Amino acid sequence: MDLLAKLEAIAQRHARMKALGGDAVGVVNEKILSPTRAIIDGRETILAGTNNYMGITFDAECIAAGQKALAEFGTGTTGSRIANGSYALHTELEREFARFLGRKHCIVFSTGYQANLGMMSGLAGPRDTIYLDADSHSSIYDGCTLSGAKLVRFRHNDAADLDKRLSRAEEDGGGKLVVLEGIYSMMGDRAPLADFIAVKKKHGFQLLVDEAHSFGVLGPHGRGLADEAGLEDDVDFVVGTFSKSVGAIGGFGAGDHPYFEYLRFAMRPYMFTASSSPASIATSIAAIRKLAAEPQRRRKLAENSARLFEGFKALGLELGCAEASPVVAVRCPDEPSTIAMWNALLKAGVYVNIALPPGTPNKLCLLRCSVSAAHSGADLDRIIELFGAVVAQGHGKKVVNG
Amino acid sequence: MTDTVSQLCTLLEPFNTNGTALSAATDISADLNIDSVTVMDFVMEVEDHFDIEIPLNVLSETRTVADLAKVVEARTRKG
Repeated sequence: MDLLAKLEAIAQRHARMKALGGDAVGVVNEKILSPTRAIIDGRETILAGTNNYMGITFDAECIAAGQKALAEFGTGTTGSRIANGSYALHTELEREFARFLGRKHCIVFSTGYQANLGMMSGLAGPRDTIYLDADSHSSIYDGCTLSGAKLVRFRHNDAADLDKRLSRAEEDGGGKLVVLEGIYSMMGDRAPLADFIAVKKKHGFQLLVDEAHSFGVLGPHGRGLADEAGLEDDVDFVVGTFSKSVGAIGGFGAGDHPYFEYLRFAMRPYMFTASSSPASIATSIAAIRKLAAEPQRRRKLAENSARLFEGFKALGLELGCAEASPVVAVRCPDEPSTIAMWNALLKAGVYVNIALPPGTPNKLCLLRCSVSAAHSGADLDRIIELFGAVVAQGHGKKVVNG
Repeated sequence: MTDTVSQLCTLLEPFNTNGTALSAATDISADLNIDSVTVMDFVMEVEDHFDIEIPLNVLSETRTVADLAKVVEARTRKG
């Protein structure tokens, strides 16, 4: 039996996608012109699917910090921090992030995916139970699997459902970890944190919030959903990524627990992988200082998000959630029509994400936009205009009917 | 068909979009051509119907309706 024979269905699905006129999962950015512009298929394209929320990737000070680190520390660290030792930059970044988050401890990881793998598997073991939201990101699911913990899934954003499942559980002496996300990456909705904290007070679990899409974005200090909700004291652990608002690559876990630092010796995705490259760490340090010093970036992002959200609503599009957020997802009828509309949008000059099952909740097909503080009003109006022409006018319906 | 199997088949019907005849031998994912997320959504319905907890990590060896019925019966007795 050929091991790869099982990929036949994926190959056929990909061929069907390409037969509709483009490869929505194989886009090549020939040139990146700015946080919001690239050359794709030889055409200048507005980028509205990059998660580049702060528009910080071409910031002159961040680039200079990266170049300096590249010259002073070299191209790579060639090993893990446990084996090879840390660079001064790594510990400096951890101090900066701990300060920004108002937490005692912060551990950085080489990617955001590994931050979730590491934190889930470091916090919970085979005798513990992890309760995870049904719409959790794959990195949370994978981290849970790696932990060996008992996994219980509760209905998305439903604190009463979590309460019911906690009440149903037998007391087995193990710890309980509940995992939420600040902003859910596909639909753009926030976790109703106060409701979950009421359940926490009743049942007594430890709470982790993944602020991947909300870090830098929400709250008076830009620390995420818990900051926005004024409930940081009730959140035990925070996870986040450098690949969105920070404009680099890497991730972090943070908390105040006195044993937090010992997680470094209990998280395989931290221990057995090379540490982040000096340039990436240095640009992250520069970026986090900018996010602290320039709250206007968050305000601009909120303004831009509201503009796109309201513009889409006025077109009568069915959106992912009822509240404006930098993730604006448009619900589409089915896979062929979504692919056709995605192709039409790209040809007209706007790049968004295509999101299809099983990567989406409830088998939804989505055209997912992410807003940047760097989008101009004209960019957003152009995106709204194109969604009006392509999606609201029902380009895709032809595919459905014919 | 045992009572548990017939209850599971009823719960599975809304996920049966290709008209498969459901029985104890039905392979939930392969025969119904449903993805991993949909299987987890179905298991959530089963948990609520029987008022039991079925942790996702016990499902790795569960392929057929009969396999799931065994898990349900073991967990119903416990409670």
